[in-house]
Amino acid sequence: MNLNATILGQSIAFVFFVWFCLKYVWPPIITALAERQKKIADGLEAADRAQRDLSLAQNRASDELREAKVKSAEIIDMANKRASQIVDEAKDKARDEGHRLIAGARAEIEMEIQRAREVLRGQVAAIVIAGAEKILETSVDQAANEELVKKLASEL
Amino acid sequence: MADANSTGFTKPEYESGTEYIAHHLGFLRFGQKADGSWGIAHSVEEADAMGFWAINVDSMLMSLLLGVIFMGLFYFVSRRATSGIPSQLQNAVESIVEMVQTTVKSTFFARNELIGPLALTIFCWIFMMNLMDLVPVDWIPLLAQVVAQDSHLYFKAVPTTDLNITAGFSISVFILVIYYSIKIKGMGGFLGEFAFHPFGKWALPLNLIMEIPSFLAKPVSLALRLYGNMFAGEMIFMVIALVGWVQLPLHFAWAVFHILIITLQAYLFMMLTIVYLNQAHTKSEAH
Repeated sequence: MNLNATILGQSIAFVFFVWFCLKYVWPPIITALAERQKKIADGLEAADRAQRDLSLAQNRASDELREAKVKSAEIIDMANKRASQIVDEAKDKARDEGHRLIAGARAEIEMEIQRAREVLRGQVAAIVIAGAEKILETSVDQAANEELVKKLASEL
Repeated sequence: MADANSTGFTKPEYESGTEYIAHHLGFLRFGQKADGSWGIAHSVEEADAMGFWAINVDSMLMSLLLGVIFMGLFYFVSRRATSGIPSQLQNAVESIVEMVQTTVKSTFFARNELIGPLALTIFCWIFMMNLMDLVPVDWIPLLAQVVAQDSHLYFKAVPTTDLNITAGFSISVFILVIYYSIKIKGMGGFLGEFAFHPFGKWALPLNLIMEIPSFLAKPVSLALRLYGNMFAGEMIFMVIALVGWVQLPLHFAWAVFHILIITLQAYLFMMLTIVYLNQAHTKSEAH
């Protein structure tokens, strides 16, 4: 094995290739790699943050849900109370109204009775007079016997 | 012999296994012949007689071709490199680049923009050259013979089985090591490492005797390790190619094993380059 000028040719080619690699090949690939690494790191960080945000939001949501449940229970309670109150009030009012109506009706009935009694009394008076006239066969002086008739009528 | 007229190409015939292997180990070498004219050597003896100012056309051609293929592919990817979702190709290239970058980061502690691209070029290029070892031993030489219409054409397909190629790498790396040593530590610091280590200034001759050979051994071992491994592997492929039909399972077995070797050797070359350059960048410490 003898060395010859191939060694020089190879060295020159080697220098050229290394220069070419240094100038055109290495930097873009390394830059792309570094950029992708950064992107991935950023992405992972964002995912982490999102995860944290999500758990926070979940906590807040469950808190709010619990609060809402308590509040709704309160509202239902209050509504129930109010409803029974309204029912009671209505019952009272209805009872009062009923009493009032009954009283009115009674008064009216009383009045009707009085009126009927008056009418009846007048008619009885007239019948009495007519009867007396028949008995006496004469006309009774109405004016003169007014007092008497009235007295009779009021006794009915 | 050479069937240079293009009327027909005859399949190369070898009289013996020895001749087959010897032919496969010969280079397509261009240089000055014994009669003073320049041209391609037609025999191993003629090639050996050419001396230093000759060039192995086959190694050089394959080396440049593979370098252009891998660099072109990487350049293609780097041009359209995106930090978004990468394509399959970009993914593959990125995984190699990232492997190299990780290795550099874990081994090289100074700041030098050159180391990454240097390591990437060394790893990929040497891997590509080693990969030619897995192509059946006769295919590429036969293709070259058909193209040249010469059934006796020498053609070595695996550039890393040529010591010139591996030495070309290691000497370039060695020059870089010396350059950065002097740049970082100054001439005094660089020479001081030979004179005052490992035993302090009172044992200066002993230090020189220990340090200079170990320093010079770096490029030599770097070049010879790769060359030796690839040459031996190639040799075994050739020997297997001589045994008839039995060669198919044997080839397969050796090729599977060799996948490990070619990757390992490419990685080792890259790793040692980084280590040597890291030593050049770190101020002397006790070792």
